[in-house]
Amino acid sequence: MAFLEVHDVHTYYGNIHALKGISLTVERGEIVTLIGGNGAGKTTTLRTICGLLKPRRGKVILDGEDLADFKTHQIVYKGVAMVPEGRGVFARLTVEENLDLGAYSRNDRATYASDLERVFGLFPRLKERRKQVAGTLSGGEQQMLAIGRALMAHPRILLLDEPSMGLAPILVEGIFDTIKDINREGTTILLVEQNALMALSIASRGYVLQTGQIVLQDSAENLQANEMVQKAYLGIE
Amino acid sequence: METAKPRTTALKVPLSTYRIVQIILAVIFAGYLIWRIYQVFFVEAVYGPDTWMRFTIAGLILGGVYSLIAIGYTLVYGILFMINFAHGEVMMIGAFGGYFTFEALRAIPASTATNPDTNFLNAHPTISVILAFLIGMSLSSTSGFFLEKIAYRPLRGAPRLVPLISAIGASIFLQNAAQLLFGAQRRDYANPDALARGIGFEIPVGEGIVVLTYTGVLTFVLSIVIMIVLYFLVQRTRLGRSMRAVAENKPVAALMGIDVDQVISRTFIISGALAGAGGVMWGIHLGLVFFFVGFIPGIKAFTAAVLGGIGNIPGAMLGGMFLGIVESIGPAILGLNFQLKDVIAFAILVLVLIFRPTGIMGEVLTEEKI
Ligand SMILES: Nc1ncnc2c1ncn2[C@@H]1O[C@H](COP(=O)(O)OP(=O)(O)OP(=O)(O)O)[C@@H](O)[C@H]1O
Ligand SMILES: [Mg+2]
Repeated sequence: MAFLEVHDVHTYYGNIHALKGISLTVERGEIVTLIGGNGAGKTTTLRTICGLLKPRRGKVILDGEDLADFKTHQIVYKGVAMVPEGRGVFARLTVEENLDLGAYSRNDRATYASDLERVFGLFPRLKERRKQVAGTLSGGEQQMLAIGRALMAHPRILLLDEPSMGLAPILVEGIFDTIKDINREGTTILLVEQNALMALSIASRGYVLQTGQIVLQDSAENLQANEMVQKAYLGIE
Repeated sequence: METAKPRTTALKVPLSTYRIVQIILAVIFAGYLIWRIYQVFFVEAVYGPDTWMRFTIAGLILGGVYSLIAIGYTLVYGILFMINFAHGEVMMIGAFGGYFTFEALRAIPASTATNPDTNFLNAHPTISVILAFLIGMSLSSTSGFFLEKIAYRPLRGAPRLVPLISAIGASIFLQNAAQLLFGAQRRDYANPDALARGIGFEIPVGEGIVVLTYTGVLTFVLSIVIMIVLYFLVQRTRLGRSMRAVAENKPVAALMGIDVDQVISRTFIISGALAGAGGVMWGIHLGLVFFFVGFIPGIKAFTAAVLGGIGNIPGAMLGGMFLGIVESIGPAILGLNFQLKDVIAFAILVLVLIFRPTGIMGEVLTEEKI
């Protein structure tokens, strides 16, 4: 059985039927990407997985366990971490306090120092700014903080919602390298991206989402070669 | 999600008529105030330095109590963006808790070396006072906890006016419940003899003597200590960090593994404890308790919280102190009857809401909060 299994999920915002039967799986150790245009339902899918939204129909199963009856904070304790869309750092808290909250769900504080060093190793910039209030960081630095904060939880699966959004190309490459590194260290990753080219270059498989439905699913290579994907998401005519 | 926006855009916005009227009114008011201060100090000179000192001390003591209660408004607003209008009643419950503790301890016979036939209250005043605070604070915490669970939690996510109406309803309910349980009469808050009202340290000032009452010292010192403890709790502890995270962004706080509902409950428990301490202080220092006792201090503390910038903890502390002092020296300066001190407090509330709704400390209102 797959590590994460989303099965025929329907999610609504009031009357708006945002997800119309999404099914996807993520195997242990994989990087899977979810691509699609604006309003396709990518963020909604991630919010449904981590319990911020509850599906009206369908199931989210993590490691064999149905998540229907769990609240977000309980799902986090089961090993799910998310880097939300638009970073979501706590602007009035310092960098260090943000990272500390990332480790909130960890029971053992013993590895806290080494976790912190690992994050600072990935993002030396954060170390320089550890006492600074997060709201004063640049956009790229906030993205680093959001990722670092999620890593502090030692997640079994990391959900990333458009980590490249609003970043300079050079930073995007750095962030994607980091995602690859994190994955190599054993974290399963579900990556939502509009930057399909980058996402497909590091993922093993991908799903294409359109108006709340999965219209295509394949290996990353096949998706890169797919004509419709090239037209719609890779900017290749 | 959003970063702090620049606080003032005054330079970019052209002066509106409304703004000009505001400024003119402010100038007139400031001018009047300066003229009054000049009159009072140099022309009329009715009050000597001892009297001014008395006013200031009374103001600081009252201010400490207002601050404690104001923090509760601000903590809850910071997290739920609602005004907990039943907070004054939470304070009233604490005041009653202290009152009944004293009454119960008085009924317990005890003997001391000097007086073989006394009661526990007078034989052990320190323990009695500590017990009164503990019981008053616990009762207020408990009522704050249930208040949120019953009156506010089911309305989470409803339009902002709805929990506000619920809060007013809860306030009326608690007043009436207290009246039903304890009667409508004003009760004398009977302190231990060692802490009788009016006695204290006598300090000669100018031609007079200023009495620094023991109840006043207790109230002021304790309110400062509690505020320091609260500050450390919010800034340095895991609970404090999660409270600040929840105040800023609930979904992301949940993504950290924080149980948002539990943090909200604990915020009400902490706010309740502070209000309860304020209630016991109110009783010990001012000497009266009845079902309506929370109403006026509640509104005053709300004024203080708005004054300091609602949602801002240091703002609530300063706002409370400021209001206490203004209320106690204001009538003298403005040449008003002292019974009009409440009018001053409410005039301040109206003025702040008109001129600077974000308060002195200017808490930035983010989109989410509006
Ligand atoms: N809070 C909300 N209330 C109502 N409708 C919403 C809400 N959030 C999203 N939607 C709608 O749900 C649909 C899916 O939105 P979602 O945010 O999941 O898209 P997305 O794929 O993440 O898009 P983007 O790439 O722009 O972030 C959209 O049609 C959107 O308008
Ligand atoms: Mg999105």
